Order: sequence, then structure tokens, then C-alpha cells
Amino acid sequence: MTARGVHHASRAAIPARHLRTDRWWLVPAGTAAGLLVFVVYSTWRAFAGDDYYAAPYVSPFYSPCVAENCVPMKGGADWEIFGAWWGLSPALLILIFPLGFRLTCYYYRKAYYRSFWASPPACAVAEPHKKYGGETRFPLILQNVHRYFFYFAVIVALILTYDTALGFRDERGEWGHMGLGTLVLLANIVLIWAYTLSCHSCRHIVGGRLKHFSKHPVRYRLWSWAGKLNSRHALLAWASLVSVMAADLYVYLVASGVFDDPRFF
Amino acid sequence: MSYQAHFKVWRGDAVGGGLADFEIAVNEGEVVLDIIHRLQATQAPDLAVRWNCKAGKCGSCSAEINGRPRLLCMTRMSVFGQDETVTVTPLRAFPVVRDLVTDVSFNYAKAREVPAFVPPADLKAGEYRMRQEDVGRSQEFRKCIECFLCQDTCHVVRDHEENKAAFAGPRFLMRVAELDMHPLDAADEMGVDRKRSAQEEHGLGYCNITKCCTEVCPEHIKITDNALIPLKERAVDRKYDPLVWLGNKIRRRGE
Repeated sequence: MTARGVHHASRAAIPARHLRTDRWWLVPAGTAAGLLVFVVYSTWRAFAGDDYYAAPYVSPFYSPCVAENCVPMKGGADWEIFGAWWGLSPALLILIFPLGFRLTCYYYRKAYYRSFWASPPACAVAEPHKKYGGETRFPLILQNVHRYFFYFAVIVALILTYDTALGFRDERGEWGHMGLGTLVLLANIVLIWAYTLSCHSCRHIVGGRLKHFSKHPVRYRLWSWAGKLNSRHALLAWASLVSVMAADLYVYLVASGVFDDPRFF
Repeated sequence: MSYQAHFKVWRGDAVGGGLADFEIAVNEGEVVLDIIHRLQATQAPDLAVRWNCKAGKCGSCSAEINGRPRLLCMTRMSVFGQDETVTVTPLRAFPVVRDLVTDVSFNYAKAREVPAFVPPADLKAGEYRMRQEDVGRSQEFRKCIECFLCQDTCHVVRDHEENKAAFAGPRFLMRVAELDMHPLDAADEMGVDRKRSAQEEHGLGYCNITKCCTEVCPEHIKITDNALIPLKERAVDRKYDPLVWLGNKIRRRGE
């Protein structure tokens, strides 16, 4: 077999795959562990189909609820578009959109290419694969659909904003309520919006695709704002991942009767 | 304050070689290039190393220090422990010439493949006027000193020699982005589609945005976020976005 990559005959003859002396494996290992925790948790909750509504709070995993088997939510995004034939958890119908948005996100791509696929595991650490075609062909060329998922993610974020607003009503539907759950949903939606608007596709759509910013001052301003958020995209990706999990867990705990939602007014 | 440091430096050529051990004096405030020069002066007069400005601006002294692509002149000795072995090797993505010198002509070949700036037909030299906000994005990429550390660390070519023919590497995809974003570049009018060529001729799809180019850039250019991803988004605009496709269809009908 001919030598590959850093061991190619033309390169400096160094037997080691890499000569890094720092703990380069720590970040990919931590990333893999963090993503695995989310995958396990969200799989359990998405398939559970239970304990996702504790009036007035709805779990972000189950909103909008588009199947007939959803629990009734007073004034909530409970639309029964899919009818009665859908027998599985209603979360499965809707999670595909935020999941697709995150799976094709430029930050998460970096995270899982490095931590799960070791392509590369870290900078200047040789990857184990014999061949590499990147995102030039199927299936990874499909990463280009990120733009579509961004459009859907905006719709989902709008619906979650509506759910958060409903958190200011009490369980009888009267306005002027605030509980710990309201704050949890509020923190979550702020982070969801920050993550969504910091997206590279968003930055491109609002202004990045222009050649002359000076002819489009409003879009230039929007592009500058998106750029500021975009520089923290990785941080926001993690913060919103944790917040969406925390919001779901909170609703689950209240709905399953572990504790009552502490009420401020 | 001086101390004796342990260095391992790769010595050899295209035929073969290995890491040679050295004990060498290090003084306060020195950088790795100073130590390499002291090695040349005192222990290894035939040690080959490429260098020029000693100020991180010429991009000549690129090498790998403890396995990380870095400039020899911009790596302070104070970042290493006094009992730490410092290993210096040539760039591992390019053919070695001798010792720390590699043949980086791959990069010059790739540079020639990018069509140059196309001046607007109605402007003569000296008549170019641009607004700062229009040219700001391209200016960031002009900070590049062509040290080729990004090219060296990019796993697409570092780990896959066979991809060198199809992939221009981050430095030259950034050059395509710089020209495509340039307010006065008239390539479109001359029939040069930089977005298409980025994808079809310079191998943009090979980039899996794992950001090592950005991590090693000594000029701190946000290569991935500001050049490669926007270029990918521009490729999406012309090929995959349903709304852009619909908009173009309607506009063409209206013409």
C-alpha cells in the first residue's frame, strides 16, 4: 500500500501521525459527550409522547403540536393538521425541522466532523480515513440545504415565541401571571432567537450576498448585527441546546407532578 | 535569565531523515527562530531554514512546532516550560527540500488558477473610488502574508495528497471570496463566474469547515466565517436556494 497524507513519500519522513503535545483530544471528546447527552435525552423525550404540557407551559419539543393525539392546549399551537392516523409521538413530526437546522449548521458540522468522524480529530492530527471527498457529493452535498432549514427554524422560533407569551397567562387562561416556568421559557426563546439569527445563512441572506453595502444601508446594518452575533455562534449553539433541554425537562417535571411551578404573581 | 533547552529538529531531505536532539541556550525574550539561528551558529551550520523579516510579516519561516503549524519568528520560547522538549519540523503537507525547508510551489500553482481582478471597463487606473463599507470585507483578506500555514494544516490536502489537484486550499478560496466581494471587480461582466468556479474548479465542496485554517492564521483572519462560509452561501444562492431560483425566474420573465 502506498503511504498516504503526512506519510506520503514526498513529505518529511516522520513516523508519528502527529507531534502535538497538548491535550488535543479533550475538545472533541467533550463535544462528543455533550452531543451524545442531548441525543439520548431528546430521543427519550421525543418518543415519550407524554408529560409535555403543564398549563400554561408547553415543551419546546412538542410545539407546534400538529397531530390529533396532542393533549389540548388552551390557545396554544395545537393545530391537528395531521389528523387521527398519526399514532406516534407528535414531537416526531416537528422535531425534524430544528434537528435539520442544527444538523446542517456550520458550527455543528465542525463539531461532529471533528468529534464523531475524526475528519480531522484536531488541527494537524492526521485523520484515519483513506479517502476524502468532503461535501462534494451525496450524501454530504445535502448540507447545502441549511438555507431551507433556516427558513423553517424562523417559523419554529416564532411559534415558540408565541408559546412563551402564553406563559404569561395562568392555567385558566387569564393574563398577568408569571411563574418560574415563564422565566425558563423566556430564557430559552431568547437563546433560540440569538442562535437562529447568528446563523451564517441568516448573515448571508440579510446582507452578505450584496456586493455594495453602501447602496443598502439598512441591510448593511442588519449584516453588521448578524455578524456580531455570528462571532458567538458556537457559544449560542451550545447555550440554546442546553436551554431547550432545560425547558423541556422543566415542563416534564411540572407535568409529571414532581413539583409545582413556583409562582411569582 | 538563560537556561538550557532540549530541542528536537528534523534533519534530512526527500530521501529520508529524522529528528536530531540538541541542547541549546535560551535567553529571556527569545523566539524559536532565535534558537534555530543559534543552532546554525554553534552546532549545525548546515541546518536549512527559510526566514526573512523576523516580524511575522513575510510568511517565510512557517514550520511545525510541537506538532502545530506556526511561524518560527512569532512563537515565543516563554510559551514552553523550561523542561519541555521543543520539536521543530518542516511543514508536513508539502514536499520536503531539506531540513526545515519545504517546496511550497503547490501554492503558487493554485494562485495562478484564480482569475485576477477584472477592472471596470469605464474606469482608468487612478480613477477607482470605493466606499469603505464596500471594500472592508476584501481588505480583511488582504492581510494575508501567504505563510501557507492554513494550506499546511488543511486536512483536505495534508491527509490526502490526491486532493491537491482538485482543491485550491483555504488561502486561494479566500482569494476567490476577496475578488467576488470586491466592489469594483467586473468579472461577471467579462463572463467569469467566480461563484461557479469556486465550486467547480477550486474545490470549495471539499472544505468541511472544520476551521483549522482559522485556528492557525497568524494574521487572525476569520478565513472560515468571513470567506469560506460566505463563499459556500454564494454557491447555494446560485444553485440550491428555491427562493432565489424563483426570484430569478420571475425577474427574467419581467425583462
